[in-house]
Amino acid sequence: MNTPISWIKAFVPDLDCDIKEFCDAMTLSGTKVEGYRSLDRNLENIVVGRINKIEKHPDAERLVVCSVDVGQEEMVQIVTGAPNVRENDLVPVVLAGGKVAGGHDGSPNPENGIVIKKGRLRGVESFGMMCSVEELGSSRDFYPDAPEDGVFVFSDAYDVRPGDDAIEKMGLRDDVVEFEVTSNRVDCYSIIGIAREAAATFKKDFVLPAVSVEENGGNAADLISVEIKDKELCSRYTARVVENIRLAPSPLWMQRRLSACGVRPINNIVDITNYVMLEYGHPLHAFDLDRIASGKIVVRRAEDGEKFVTLDGQEHVLDNDTLMICDGEKEIAMAGVMGGENTMITDSVKRMLLESACFNGTNIRQTGRRLGMHTEAMGKFEKGLDPELTMEAVNRACQLVELLDAGDVVSGTVDVYPEPKKESEIRFDQEKANKLLGTDVSEDEITDIFKRLELVWDKGTGIVRIPTFRQDLLANADLAEEVARFFGYDKIPTTLPVMADTEGGLSAELRFQKMGREAALAYGFNESMTFSFESPKVFDKLCIPEDSILRHAVPIANPLGEDFSLMRTQSLNGILTSLSNNFNYRNKEARLFEMAKVYLPKSLPLTEYADERVMFTLGAYGDDIDFFFMKGAAEDFLSRCGIEDIKYERPDDKPYLHPLKSANIIACGKEIGFVGAFHPDVLDAYEIERTAYTAVLDMSLAIGMSDFSIKYKGLAKFPAVLRDISILMDKHTPVGDVEEIIKKKGGKILEGFELFDIYQGKQIKEGLKSVAYNLTFRAKGRTLSDNEVNEVMDAIIESLSNKGMELRK
Amino acid sequence: MNKKPQEIMAKALEELKNIKGSVDLNDLKVKYLGKKGEFTSLLKMMKDIPQEERPAFGQAVNEARKKFEDELNDILEQFAKKDREKKLYEDEIDITLPARKIKYGHKHPNTIALEETEDIFIGMGYEVMDGPEIEYDYYNFEALNIPDGHPAKDEQDTFYITKNLLLRTQTSGTQIHAMEERPLPIKMIAPGRVFRADEVDATHSPCFHQIEGLVVDKNITFADLKGTLAEFARRMFGEETKVKFRPHHFPFTEPSAEMDVTCFKCKGAGCSMCKHEGWIEILGCGMVHPHVLEMSNIDPNEYTGFAFGVGLERIALLKYEIDDLRLLYENDVRFLEQF
Repeated sequence: MNTPISWIKAFVPDLDCDIKEFCDAMTLSGTKVEGYRSLDRNLENIVVGRINKIEKHPDAERLVVCSVDVGQEEMVQIVTGAPNVRENDLVPVVLAGGKVAGGHDGSPNPENGIVIKKGRLRGVESFGMMCSVEELGSSRDFYPDAPEDGVFVFSDAYDVRPGDDAIEKMGLRDDVVEFEVTSNRVDCYSIIGIAREAAATFKKDFVLPAVSVEENGGNAADLISVEIKDKELCSRYTARVVENIRLAPSPLWMQRRLSACGVRPINNIVDITNYVMLEYGHPLHAFDLDRIASGKIVVRRAEDGEKFVTLDGQEHVLDNDTLMICDGEKEIAMAGVMGGENTMITDSVKRMLLESACFNGTNIRQTGRRLGMHTEAMGKFEKGLDPELTMEAVNRACQLVELLDAGDVVSGTVDVYPEPKKESEIRFDQEKANKLLGTDVSEDEITDIFKRLELVWDKGTGIVRIPTFRQDLLANADLAEEVARFFGYDKIPTTLPVMADTEGGLSAELRFQKMGREAALAYGFNESMTFSFESPKVFDKLCIPEDSILRHAVPIANPLGEDFSLMRTQSLNGILTSLSNNFNYRNKEARLFEMAKVYLPKSLPLTEYADERVMFTLGAYGDDIDFFFMKGAAEDFLSRCGIEDIKYERPDDKPYLHPLKSANIIACGKEIGFVGAFHPDVLDAYEIERTAYTAVLDMSLAIGMSDFSIKYKGLAKFPAVLRDISILMDKHTPVGDVEEIIKKKGGKILEGFELFDIYQGKQIKEGLKSVAYNLTFRAKGRTLSDNEVNEVMDAIIESLSNKGMELRK
Repeated sequence: MNKKPQEIMAKALEELKNIKGSVDLNDLKVKYLGKKGEFTSLLKMMKDIPQEERPAFGQAVNEARKKFEDELNDILEQFAKKDREKKLYEDEIDITLPARKIKYGHKHPNTIALEETEDIFIGMGYEVMDGPEIEYDYYNFEALNIPDGHPAKDEQDTFYITKNLLLRTQTSGTQIHAMEERPLPIKMIAPGRVFRADEVDATHSPCFHQIEGLVVDKNITFADLKGTLAEFARRMFGEETKVKFRPHHFPFTEPSAEMDVTCFKCKGAGCSMCKHEGWIEILGCGMVHPHVLEMSNIDPNEYTGFAFGVGLERIALLKYEIDDLRLLYENDVRFLEQF
């Protein structure tokens, strides 16, 4: 909402603070200022000059030398190339040492403007510059009277004399404030609404325009009729008629106000409707009455599939949810959105019907969405306007028609208002309001605040009457906010809640996830974050088969394109994309992890919460990274969680992993994750030109198996017996088989074992590998004898031998 | 005869003076103190000395030997010291050579900001909760006083799954879950992912994070809200941080406010980070709307509460002066390792 201060002052005449102070105070009372723009920024030392004499430049064909009267004793000599200078013209002149906002070519204005210095143009001295509207920081859009090319020339309407402040005369001594209006304050999408807030903020009088229409005889009801067929979508329709329309440019003061708001002046009729829309926040629409069949207005829903051409020449296909304005025969406007080509005002217009209606905001908003349209009028209507305003707005427009002599207003108004809106009432509990705020605002102060806001408080009954334009005030808490806003949020004390002690802390799940994060950091992984939704192409990139359950992903009905259309069911695409980014950036190594959810639907289409499972995903490539590093990371974390019963099985259900360099992680008999190298096809799909590894743990499962009880086991007091064995075995047999046997046969006295060598090569028969273990035996309460250990070792060796694994001699 | 020890000592000391290195010194030690050394030989001569002179002779030998031994040890120590010094000197390293890289991972900037926030609120007795990201319309909108057709619902660019299920656009729905499931009083924060249909650019992302906060009890006031959030701001952005509360509008709070903090870069003087305002908008907050309490079966006549919502990325970007939101989701290790 762009609002010129000068227009606010029209309603708050006593407002007298500087712009910075104004902006700060408005923000603190709840009408947030986004910023402001001074129209005279970088415009310095610019006066009205009369071109007294024009002479040819002795050395340049395109330049002339002007002697300009700027209201001083001596004429000022200015050399110019402007094509439109004529003797006796009055023009804005920036004197040497002054500043203009920009160049005349309309390129973006420099931050600090352009200083105009005394200079020489082809040998002739020049002491200033005559200005175009572009140089003054504006454009022809806002000064329709400016020439297409050349300096601005003051017409008689400006009533200027040499030496006058040209900037003031052009209406540029103004500041335009941009407000961010919250969606509940519909009334503040208008100059009047903003001005009312400003008056309340600065405790100044608020003066509404006195609206009255003289009228010119006749009776509108004889010329037009209005019928509302759907009062849900149109709560009020008010119309007036103007005859003998005299199209002309609107006066300068109106042009200036529209321009300051960023609205282009067109002609008096269009300008009046725009002016009232800005002033009251209520859109009006002008129909060419002679093109309305039998002067009849019918407000009804469109038929499905009906077509309609709006005044911008676009054809729209309508449906039953679109509200239309029709005449006796045809549709003539999309209500609240845009008028039709068939009844628009043209240069030949003689009579107009001025519509001031109130349409259902939600319906207008949805219509706009459906049709992909957005107009100024919709922007107002979709907020849900106050139907009480239609009469005031249409009368204000007619008043302006009379003031501008733009036509003759026919007497009478046609107003269909099936269910007039009543002022609402709220029972105000002063004590409760103070209690909610933690304040002690006095009754007098509250009375004063309410008065400034036009809220009428009957202290006897406790009832506050709410004016219809304040649709946002519904309950005691809303009134408490009004008190707080004008008492000052800054004056409300600062306390901490006094309440029973509560125990702070992370939930068990969040604490568990944090543990995972900390572990990953310790293994040297950096934390990554990726989006929760991804492309259906991901499944192919990950080589996931057509019938895989992973393809049952929750689809987003209105995604930002296919790439973000499915909620992920696995966490690998995120980590792979991140690894790929790093590879692409030529980073030598990347270790990443993500702790985030996957979304598994219980059924599709989704009818209840999805199963949101937190996945702990590690991914890495680099010289130090291999399968065993990843396995170590997963294993260490699980061990820290007290999950020791872990097995690894070669997976047959992980097509995205290298089939022989991967494992499912089975904890307590249940698969809780996997580890491995990515399949080369997957790496190709992600354009990672080296082996990358991953490990994924389902945290939702792991937490259930975790055991954080801690119990100290005494340190060994008696000496250990160490034995090494070296075994020859088939190279495809996993060493896990050996370890199974060692564990099983080692019995109670086996303290631990460690693989220390694997060898395949010349000294060993083809197809075999040599595996060497270091075994530690120890008894708790005594020194072990060699015999005891030998017995166990023999049992192990025998058992290995039974499985075809022989001792290497 | 009694002069003999003195003579040997004098000779030995003389030789000691001329010693150049620890090897010579050892030879000297053997020569005089070894098993066949000169002092030892003297003692062997004892048997040739008359009985009555023996004690005096023995004492003389021992004294002389002791004196030599002390001198020798002194020198030995000096040599050892010199050797150590020499060794130290040889051990010299260039301390400006690069350190060996310790591969400890780095937290995501979002996590750093989140954990700081969590710690502050946990310290004040807040529970940290999680909530579903695919959420019912009811929790994301309706129960937050945003019925169908409400402008706030259209403004949020919601991703829908079905008519009833959507990707939550705000963490505020966790307020409702907390009020439905938890005993009163409630004091919680709920961080998590939220989603809005914003195209990716330097300041927008369709997937980002918020932290919700909720306190419900008897006698909770707007003043408590101010105090709590001012405390948060001081601890998050520095002790000297000032806060400013501006009236605002959220459908689920009344009164509502936005909180600005003094720019933590320029301390309020005005800089490019705060767009020369001196203040930075940090969060939205307000008193829980009585209608919202009612819908969650809490009697608004008995209980009041406050709620707030913070954008995590916004804090991370501002606090660590990151100029492009996209960096947070690209996961370039050169970026991550700066945190």
